[in-house]
Amino acid sequence: MPMSVSLRIAILAAGILASAPAPVAAQAPKRPASPASPKADRAAILRARADSAQLPYTTADIAFMQGMIHHHSQAIVMCRLAPTHEASEAVRTLCGRIINAQQDEIAVMQQWLRNRNQTVPSGPPPAGASKHQVAGMSHDMPGMKHDNATADTPMMPGMLTPAQMAALDAARGPDFDRLFLSGMIQHHNGAIGMVKDLLSHEGAAQDRSVFKFAADVNVDQTTEVERMRKMLAGLLFERGSR
Amino acid sequence: MLAGALAAPVAGAQTIRAKSVGTMPPSPDPRIGLKPGRWDAGEAIWNLNLISATRPSEKFTDGINSDIAFSGTRVIQGSFNGWQIWDIANPAKPVLAESWYCPGSQSDVSTYKNLLFVSGEGSEGRLDCAGGGVKETVSKERLKGLRIFDITDIKNPKPITAVQTCRGSHTHSVLVDPKDPENVYVYISGSAPVRPEGELPGCVKDTPDKNPNSALFRIEVIKVPLAHPEQAAIVSSPRIFNDLVAPPTHGLAEEDKIQSAKVAAEAKAKGRFTVEIQGATQVLPDQFAMHMLDSLVKLRNGTGAPTAADSAKLREDLPGFVKKLFGEDGPNRGPKPGPTQCHDITLYPGIGYAGGACEGYGLLLDIRNPAAPVRIGAVSDSNFSYWHSATFNNDGTKVLFSDEWGGGMGPKCRASDPKEWGADAIFTLKDGKMEFQSYYKLPAAQTSVENCVAHNGSMIPIPGRDVMVQAWYQGGISVFEFTDPKHPTEIAFFDRGPQDPNQLQLSGSWSVYWYNGLIVSSEIGRGLDILELTPSAFITQNAIDAAQTVKYDYLNAQGQPKMTWAPSFPLVKAYADQVERANGLPTARLTAVRAAIASAEKLSGAARSKALHTLGGQLDKDATTATDAARVKTLAGAVHALASAQ
Repeated sequence: MPMSVSLRIAILAAGILASAPAPVAAQAPKRPASPASPKADRAAILRARADSAQLPYTTADIAFMQGMIHHHSQAIVMCRLAPTHEASEAVRTLCGRIINAQQDEIAVMQQWLRNRNQTVPSGPPPAGASKHQVAGMSHDMPGMKHDNATADTPMMPGMLTPAQMAALDAARGPDFDRLFLSGMIQHHNGAIGMVKDLLSHEGAAQDRSVFKFAADVNVDQTTEVERMRKMLAGLLFERGSR
Repeated sequence: MLAGALAAPVAGAQTIRAKSVGTMPPSPDPRIGLKPGRWDAGEAIWNLNLISATRPSEKFTDGINSDIAFSGTRVIQGSFNGWQIWDIANPAKPVLAESWYCPGSQSDVSTYKNLLFVSGEGSEGRLDCAGGGVKETVSKERLKGLRIFDITDIKNPKPITAVQTCRGSHTHSVLVDPKDPENVYVYISGSAPVRPEGELPGCVKDTPDKNPNSALFRIEVIKVPLAHPEQAAIVSSPRIFNDLVAPPTHGLAEEDKIQSAKVAAEAKAKGRFTVEIQGATQVLPDQFAMHMLDSLVKLRNGTGAPTAADSAKLREDLPGFVKKLFGEDGPNRGPKPGPTQCHDITLYPGIGYAGGACEGYGLLLDIRNPAAPVRIGAVSDSNFSYWHSATFNNDGTKVLFSDEWGGGMGPKCRASDPKEWGADAIFTLKDGKMEFQSYYKLPAAQTSVENCVAHNGSMIPIPGRDVMVQAWYQGGISVFEFTDPKHPTEIAFFDRGPQDPNQLQLSGSWSVYWYNGLIVSSEIGRGLDILELTPSAFITQNAIDAAQTVKYDYLNAQGQPKMTWAPSFPLVKAYADQVERANGLPTARLTAVRAAIASAEKLSGAARSKALHTLGGQLDKDATTATDAARVKTLAGAVHALASAQ
């Protein structure tokens, strides 16, 4: 049975309107991760030195990397829904790219943190995780637990609320596509906001791998937002041209 | 002057010299499973020879080597730590001529005459080139933009000035306008977020609809007076992206706009619902409109068919709904549609075009007026993440765009990564229109600890063919042919194992260019590699010799020179080889032609000229009946030209 228009609009509105960006939540780690072994530790320090040149990193850099792992994790969880939620071919392809790109970026961020002996969030739950984990992805990520985060740890900017995630999980086909695209636009814009926020901190992004990574996130996600807007426009409207 | 660099012995590493039968690629691919290591990695090489591998100089060993430029016998190598200049007069033993410690990313470099241009974008770059970065978020000490040096005296480089830009300079392109010998123009592509106005006045973060002076959605053009380079300044900020909102499959041809307006007008005439969205008129699908009307009926507790009043209400509400979805007022506000900047702009003044790789678009620009480039075409591709750079083939009938998916830090060449992602897209180019033909991606799968994606390269002057060499970071370098744009084929490669066995380190070939017979690669972590082509079933010694006759005085990565081949015996022989490859003439006839060329080469002066003219005349006749008339004609033309040059 087709969904009513008001419901459609309500869902769209949920995806698009009900998402005032949460304040930047990343905090400096409260405790350093325990080093694996003195030898591994030395190697890690050498690597950190090699890839950060001479400049120190700051708590803002660390918070950015940790926060972005959580942020990326939700994007991956959202994308994993595509094949089982009758997403269109275009959205599935987009999701394939997002999963590939953001998994690799999580690995880069985790490595950066590990090399600096910082707390390393664990990334998305394994593929095929339970519904509960998926729905809870917005506030109860496994990675957060390692940080001693409480259940009310604020979300990173742009992340979907539990209600938005539930609505996404409940949708199928074209409704899923619309909710997904509007949600992922919101999500990506949050990441772009996180980059801006990072650069507004004294001393941040002096570490060149942080700057390069943040700049890449900025341009990649800006580009992808534009692509998703076009896809969304195409779903909602017929184009006036051929 | 810094301590001399260490020239590492090339033979130190385990090298697999791949052999292949005919035009079959080596099997199994020797690039799979190479031993990791920074200085002792395993190497695989096919149809190339590694002449030298030179480690970075002392202050650059922990740097990140970036792009390179060439001037005379010198290679200028950018680094996140500054720049180094190598003299490669003896390519087997490059000598460090000078270096300049100046931390900042990415330090992409270009040169023109006595001037050296260096890009700065990273937050740590300082005007005074000191280390230590810039801690403050707003600081007059910070440099994001273009540094200009005078390198007349190589041992005593002088900083001339620095032109600050709002978004820094990720890369830049130097345009030498043949009509303007007094100036050069530098196009700046900056991808950093807009700087605070307190740091650089006039840098407006808002989008152009809110503030027409927005630093977004534009490039900067810096004019450098050659007599007074200290007066270099921004002369224009062309908004080449304006109205770039068409979907991926279309260019922006006038007929498209007309067609679009026509469809919208027809829809309106039929009473359908239309709405302006992202600059184009969209028609609401009937089914969707029906649902919305039904819901309006229900909202007023009505039944039955929607009335004219319901339609009117929908018409009234639709723009507001759309505005909430896509507009500036909606929570989805953020970057406006269309690219906000380019990554690279490849200038090809020889054909009057530039290729702009700009976020989600590949643009074709008319650059005949240097300070006012005009966009004449645009392509997009749903398989492309981030358009990185453009390379034209020599006659300007094809353009290749690369996709730096993941920004170069990701391992995008694993067996599981699709062939269309992080690849090159090849387009034909005719009358300003680009048409997609095929993708090319490094054909050898790399490990997950090797960053790998399409990156910088250049055309190799193999006459009559489109052959390119390209850097793929830790995927190594790949030489491929795209004469047939539907079937690009790899014809040579060089690759090393991962720099680190345990984790991904940003390394590998940042860029590789053909320069006066040499293939020079900037290795991010390992230094400078110099290679040369070796003859193979794909490229004959004659073709390599003909390529050697093309000489550049200088070369910048984003300034594509027109390759011209002076008449020569290698050129004639290379064309004869191509006739043979294409079975363009009967074997016996081709053998006779080769004999005639060889005997003419033994003659000199008027006798040689006469012999060549005779041969040229015969070939003109051959062309009329040859199975490959075009190639025989090309050969005949080269023979006549050589005859006239005697």
